[in-house]
Amino acid sequence: MSREDGSSRENDGQRFDRLPATADERIVEGRVTRREVVTWWVERFGLEPAAFDGHTFWEKGAGKVWAFAADVGSPAEIEALGMTFLRTRQEHWKPTTDAIQRFGREATRNVVVLDDADARAFLRGETTDPDWDGDWGYLVAAHEIADDIEPIGVGLYLHGELRSQVPKGRRRQL
Amino acid sequence: MDPLARYDPIVADPEAFRAACERPLPSVVRVNEIKATPDRVARAFEAAGVGFEPVGWHDGLFRLADDVSPGNTWPFVHGWVYGQEEVSALPARVLDPDPGERVLDPCAAPGSKTTQLAALMDDEGLLVANDSNLGRLSALRANAERCGVTSVAVTHADARHLSLKPFGVSERRSEARRTTSDGGEPFDRALVDVPCSCEGTVRKNPDVLEEWSPSHVEGIAGVQRDILGRAVEVTRPGGTVVYSTCTFAPEENEAVLDDVIADHDCRLVEFDLTLEHVAGVTEWDGDRYDPSVRRAKRVYPHHNDTGGFFCAKLEVAA
Repeated sequence: MSREDGSSRENDGQRFDRLPATADERIVEGRVTRREVVTWWVERFGLEPAAFDGHTFWEKGAGKVWAFAADVGSPAEIEALGMTFLRTRQEHWKPTTDAIQRFGREATRNVVVLDDADARAFLRGETTDPDWDGDWGYLVAAHEIADDIEPIGVGLYLHGELRSQVPKGRRRQL
Repeated sequence: MDPLARYDPIVADPEAFRAACERPLPSVVRVNEIKATPDRVARAFEAAGVGFEPVGWHDGLFRLADDVSPGNTWPFVHGWVYGQEEVSALPARVLDPDPGERVLDPCAAPGSKTTQLAALMDDEGLLVANDSNLGRLSALRANAERCGVTSVAVTHADARHLSLKPFGVSERRSEARRTTSDGGEPFDRALVDVPCSCEGTVRKNPDVLEEWSPSHVEGIAGVQRDILGRAVEVTRPGGTVVYSTCTFAPEENEAVLDDVIADHDCRLVEFDLTLEHVAGVTEWDGDRYDPSVRRAKRVYPHHNDTGGFFCAKLEVAA
């Protein structure tokens, strides 16, 4: 169903739709809101809420949220808009590797810092067993390099082990 | 025929030129300042025993030792560095975009210059990265994401007929923006790094000479004229357009500029370049070009021990 302004009540996987700011502005049923997306990141990783003030958020494909540093008219029929940021289709929302690398350095919680051997294994896509007594779920997997902590990617901590979520094409044997 | 021999009349030292073209190029990486600083990359390379040296004219470019494969280092994994030929880092710096601007990169894939533009803009603003080749676009997207770029909007179109429609006014701030005839807003700057005969990359890819032909030069020059002309049309009055190629062929360089400044309301302007270079040529193969094409710059491989490059800066009439 299309409305006069071109917006639709259903999600269209071929184009980008700006997320509604809040539930009150929601048109597409089930679409997450900007507030929910920012709140999830802020609560999960302890970022400052202002960390995303310069970004607009978009959905292309059900539950695939993109972060974009500018704004264009919505809907936008183009190939990509900023970076893939968060997947909200499953019950547990999952941040992308790119978003963790870009925004995860500002995280103040749910960051597991791996030693050198574990960091290399994580990058190979392997499951590791780091010291961690914090939350289960998706963590920022990081390591120390050049005197600071740098995120590598997303780790899923479950049943006492850290499962690397590094996509196949990004895995490396260093 | 030897395509490089045709440039003997315009290269001051043909022997040095030919000798340089036969030497392989060192591997160079550019520091992606969205995610790292040259200092931090240097410390990471040192800690990992990776041999490198700064290039001298640009703080964020490192020449790597011969035995280094940059893709297999932590700085690459983190998106701190991008493998980019030294001279190809020139045009984005000549364009010199500011954070918050609207910038067009009509021939963007695979993204070395796009990611550099995003970094120069502090990843703030709108950077439209277009390419006509879908396969190369997926490489562009992967590179932009690894570099942490969030300001890029990727489009798949023929750059000669690029539409501004997708970049129309966001309803939230429509009052403040002016639009062009097809409904979109013009750009502040454009980096027109066109497909070309690529002899300037011969040190990296000697096959380019086998593939060279006069008919290809003629055909591609028409495409280049149309792409540059369209970029000028969609850039705001007073805005900047940079034209660059990696070919030595005047047909694809000065001749394209000569046509575009005649047909569009724009002019060539001076710019500084610390690398050794020579001015654009005003005569070639019986043709004469507008004297202002001398403001374009030619970088030959023997000048700075790099690849070859051509770069011009245009200003759209206010």
